[in-house]
Amino acid sequence: MSLLEVNDLNISFGGLHAVHNFNISIERGDLYGLIGPNGAGKTTVFNLLTGVYSPDEGRIILDGRDITNLKPIDKNKAGIARTFQNIRLFKDLSVKDNVKVGLHNIYPYSALSAILRTPAYHKAEKQMDERAMELLEVFDLAGEADTMSSNLPYGKQRKLEIARALATNPKLLLLDEPAAGMNPNETAELMDTIRFIRENFNITILLIEHDMKLVSGICERLTVLNFGQILAKGDTKEVLSNPEVIKAYIGED
Amino acid sequence: MKKLTKQQKSNLITLAMVVCFYLICEIFIRTGLMSSHLKGLLVPLTYYAIAAVGLNLCVGILGELSLGHAGFMCIGAFSSSIFSVMTRDALPTVPRFILAFIIGVAMTALLGFLIGIPVLRLNGDYLAIVTLAFGEIIKNILNAVYMGVDDKGLHLSLKDAASMGLDASTGKKIINGAMGITGTPSDSNFTIAIIILLVSLIIVQNLVQSRDGRAIMSIRDNRIAAESTGINVTKYKMLAFTISAAIAGAAGVLFSHNISTLTAQGIYFGYNASIMLLVYVVLGGIGNIRGSVIAAMILYVLPELLRGMDKYRMLIYSIVLIVMMLFNWSPKAIEFRQNHLSKFSKRFRKEAAR
Repeated sequence: MSLLEVNDLNISFGGLHAVHNFNISIERGDLYGLIGPNGAGKTTVFNLLTGVYSPDEGRIILDGRDITNLKPIDKNKAGIARTFQNIRLFKDLSVKDNVKVGLHNIYPYSALSAILRTPAYHKAEKQMDERAMELLEVFDLAGEADTMSSNLPYGKQRKLEIARALATNPKLLLLDEPAAGMNPNETAELMDTIRFIRENFNITILLIEHDMKLVSGICERLTVLNFGQILAKGDTKEVLSNPEVIKAYIGED
Repeated sequence: MKKLTKQQKSNLITLAMVVCFYLICEIFIRTGLMSSHLKGLLVPLTYYAIAAVGLNLCVGILGELSLGHAGFMCIGAFSSSIFSVMTRDALPTVPRFILAFIIGVAMTALLGFLIGIPVLRLNGDYLAIVTLAFGEIIKNILNAVYMGVDDKGLHLSLKDAASMGLDASTGKKIINGAMGITGTPSDSNFTIAIIILLVSLIIVQNLVQSRDGRAIMSIRDNRIAAESTGINVTKYKMLAFTISAAIAGAAGVLFSHNISTLTAQGIYFGYNASIMLLVYVVLGGIGNIRGSVIAAMILYVLPELLRGMDKYRMLIYSIVLIVMMLFNWSPKAIEFRQNHLSKFSKRFRKEAAR
């Protein structure tokens, strides 16, 4: 059984049919790419999957469980974490605290034991600190743990967002243009990191990306969206050599 | 000894500052060096600091502008005062004040919670306007209520004192409409006020540096990201707002037990008072708990001390407001402060190492 099963997802905003009969099936451990020209509806699909919008029609099944109409917080608890196209960090919190917000539901204790500083508080905080540092280590951010997150350089902010998403211990990680605004070196480094987390965190990744080097370099399978509809899907190589896809991206000659 | 983090150190400094302030004031009082006018300001100054700490939790940490905190003070003041007046002869001072305090804080927390349910669905300006309205509603209702007690039980009226139908011999008026509550025992004093200030500081600081505090601040910084990171936005907004209201209620309890006649007047509980609290918070630094305490203390005492200057009083007061604003918010001033403070602490550390 596949990890994520999406059947005939539809949503319209007024007269705009933003996503039309969207289907996707992602196997456990896949590194799956979702590509398409600007305005094709890729981020809308992410917003549907994470509960920012609820679909007009269709079903989303994660790991055998119907999560179609759950709210964002419950979708996260069900096992979907995401990053955002326009970075959304908690800018007035330190780098470490950003990750610790991600660990919120993993090491719980009550507000009362926080105020009274009970042993439960100290124990959970210690575990959180250790786990947060582990994650920051993976993304090479451990040295900046106490920096205010808004003071990080752009590339590191993107990495921190991934670290925060991973902290919630998801089954499925959605990355919305992780390489946007990165230079070729940073992109190459990011590709290594994505490969590393897929192997070491036992996780499935769905990513939106425009950087074709990254897409062809790490994605095993692709779905191409155009005007809210699926244009092509399949193995990366096949899809990228599909004349329809080339036409949609580059235009006819 | 365990090594303290920077945050823990900063918390301890705040608490130590309050304790030092208390000790200095006590020394001046004991040696008779403090005028009775100034002595009378000590309790108000402390409860306004408490209210400012409470409001800062809402404005600075949760990031939601509330203009209704004077209304919450009003609830704390009236509910605790009603209890104290009713049990004035039945209970000794200490348990009576403790119970009155608990009742005042619990009532405010409850009302804060109930008001929070509809109000926290709003954001920004809308939230400010609605909380402002709630503050005014609370004040105006308490201005119109008549309440009395006799051997048949509690009597309430919104018309006038006579229509309560109190028994002439055993009846006792508690709230006399716009005349308010008279005869609240003056159970609060400077020591109690300082203890409550310390407790509210500890509560707010410990909350902020915990899982719950981080959740609250993550909502402030980015609501959508907080939601998709698994933070229950509604729950944490309610938690912060309720605690914030309860602390303002605690300030109200001290307020009513420091004066003999409690009336729901605009200058104490109206929107002007709410805005004054907001001024303390903003000038002390939004989200800076220690700053709120210092700003509340300075800005409360200053106009009182300047009474002798008569016409120039508000002029000087406004200049002080502007200077404090520049000191706390101007980028240049912040840079200057950071440079000098870091030099100072470096030198201090070097000397300590020697």
